[in-house]
Amino acid sequence: MKENKDKLNRFSGTESYVITDELRSSVNAAIALEKPLLIKGEPGTGKTLLAEAIAEGLGLDLITWNIKSTTKAQDGLYVYDTVQRLYDSQFGEGDVANIEKYIKPGKLGEAFTKGNQAVLLIDEIDKADLEFPNDLLWELDRMEFYIPETKETVRAKSRPIVVITSNAEKELPDAFLRRCIFHYIAFPEYEQMEEIVRVHYPDIDGKLLALAMKKFYEIREMDSIRKKPSTSELLDWLMALSLSGISLQKIGEKIPYLGVLLKKDQDLDAITKKGRGRY
Amino acid sequence: MFITFFYMLRAAGLKPDTKQWLLLIEALDLGLADSNFSSFYYLCRSIVVTTESDFDKFDAVFLEYFRAIKDMGDIPNELLEWLNSKPLIRDIDDKPEIEDPLRDLEELLKRLEERMEEQKEKHEGGNYWIGTGGTSTQGHGGWNEAGIRVGGEGRHGRALMVAGERRFRDFRNDQVLDLRRFQTAFRKLRQFSTRIDNNETELDIDETIHKTSDNAGMLEIVYGKPRKNTVKLLVLMDSGGSMTPHSAMTSLLFQSVSKANHFKDLQFFYFHNCVYEKLYLSPRIWRGESVDTDFVLHKYGSDYKIIFVGDAAMDPSELYYRWGSSSWNKQRSMAGIDWLNKINDHYNRAVWLNPINKNSWNYLYGGDTIGGISKVFPMYSLTPDGLEEAIRKLLRTN
Repeated sequence: MKENKDKLNRFSGTESYVITDELRSSVNAAIALEKPLLIKGEPGTGKTLLAEAIAEGLGLDLITWNIKSTTKAQDGLYVYDTVQRLYDSQFGEGDVANIEKYIKPGKLGEAFTKGNQAVLLIDEIDKADLEFPNDLLWELDRMEFYIPETKETVRAKSRPIVVITSNAEKELPDAFLRRCIFHYIAFPEYEQMEEIVRVHYPDIDGKLLALAMKKFYEIREMDSIRKKPSTSELLDWLMALSLSGISLQKIGEKIPYLGVLLKKDQDLDAITKKGRGRY
Repeated sequence: MFITFFYMLRAAGLKPDTKQWLLLIEALDLGLADSNFSSFYYLCRSIVVTTESDFDKFDAVFLEYFRAIKDMGDIPNELLEWLNSKPLIRDIDDKPEIEDPLRDLEELLKRLEERMEEQKEKHEGGNYWIGTGGTSTQGHGGWNEAGIRVGGEGRHGRALMVAGERRFRDFRNDQVLDLRRFQTAFRKLRQFSTRIDNNETELDIDETIHKTSDNAGMLEIVYGKPRKNTVKLLVLMDSGGSMTPHSAMTSLLFQSVSKANHFKDLQFFYFHNCVYEKLYLSPRIWRGESVDTDFVLHKYGSDYKIIFVGDAAMDPSELYYRWGSSSWNKQRSMAGIDWLNKINDHYNRAVWLNPINKNSWNYLYGGDTIGGISKVFPMYSLTPDGLEEAIRKLLRTN
């Protein structure tokens, strides 16, 4: 199972995804060591996008498993539709003897049974029950699981690249953490942010960008702001600013379309109050 | 001596285990460090550190370990080999060689002691000692040989023996707080029932068999309501004054309770020192944000379970006299202790969690009132162990 070693599936970002050295190192380590990559970070730092970018960059299929508060580990492996089978047996429909027909693979099962390697994204793992990650330890370690109903072991034909994201709503169990390559996506520094914006809006006016970014980082640094605006909000805001054709001078004086950046009432108040004295 | 780095990390409170360490070695063998020092740094960190709050500790150790290196050309040979991605074969005899083992060791021990001092004050991440103790007894093979030696000699060093083993015990008793353990404890606070309004989504097997038999074998599937947790919880927290030093602990408790979403109902109220005729809606204890205690008793029936959180340490007059001293509430109809008795009479299940360690209850300021209150409510330390005990008490049916 070490075929990755030779190929050195090296991921180096894609056209639309700007990646730091740090992150690239973690991604490649996870791929080569065949460990799940655990990504944490502020909302809006592109955790989910990373998995898409890896799939795109390496030309692999992406399988996304969105975790909800009710998701069970078992759901990811397979679901045995007993009720359907019971009904079918009553009404003589289909081949009831064939249990396999009633075993539906979950997302993990799908990634395992796929002929070629896939990227498996387990999105927002912290949304699930506290014990959820523990229930997946074996499956992620060994990349296999057993279906008692068919006495069959499903083993990954080609080990998927597993990317797990977490918003740190719940603490993840230690045993689980130790099996992952951990990466924390820090909020982009000014230069990197500029690069990210350029990827999205290649034609943006340089002066507008510089001014808007200055304001943006000023707002982020204010202590009174509870929900700090993130990359996606900055992008939306830049879009709003450039579409409106507002003059640079006005942006310098006050902050137009503040609602795009800040979503909480208290935060808006904080800026406007401050604004009276400052801007 | 690269393995020193591993033990330095452990000493700093990070807890890389042997598996993680071997993984790092494997990664280096695979050439993932790209012959590049900063890649090496990131690689190390992504494998060894599992939470961003430990990044800083890692950085400190990393700097400390590599500070000796004047320029990048001076990287230890061992490491340089990895950085150059040469395949590395090690057998069991290949132990790291130390030029001056004693000096290295002393330095390490000194550092360990420093860390312990720091730890004692901050009271966090306290189980690393247990962890370190664990490693010294397990492990085998070339890599751990050094580990055992470090640990083994440490045990002979007198200073470390006395200091180290004593603290080991302390940490065990005092089980420094752990959000996850709190959360897990609260999950046990469940009593299931189906007598709740809910959609019928679960297959009722008994009823299905029954109906199907009635139907002469034609399948008739019956769904029932899923079982749901019926536990309703009222949390009353002491706020301000003597509770301030314990705020980290209580907020941890608060977080783990409020994140537990399995309770049928969960209410928080606050009080200052002791419960009197008012309960407060926020920890600020503002008069404007209060409700009558009687109203709360009336509104939340006797099926609610009560958790008090407080140090129970106050001037005896505040607990026993109708005209208690320090409060702005001059007109008191009942003494604090009477209020507590009233609450106890009303609810079937109530416990008191005390952030002060149980061993000190009799000796500290407030010992009188702690004793008095624990006669009314079963009192437990606000530690994971104490919480688990308290929850067992809450669930006991008799």
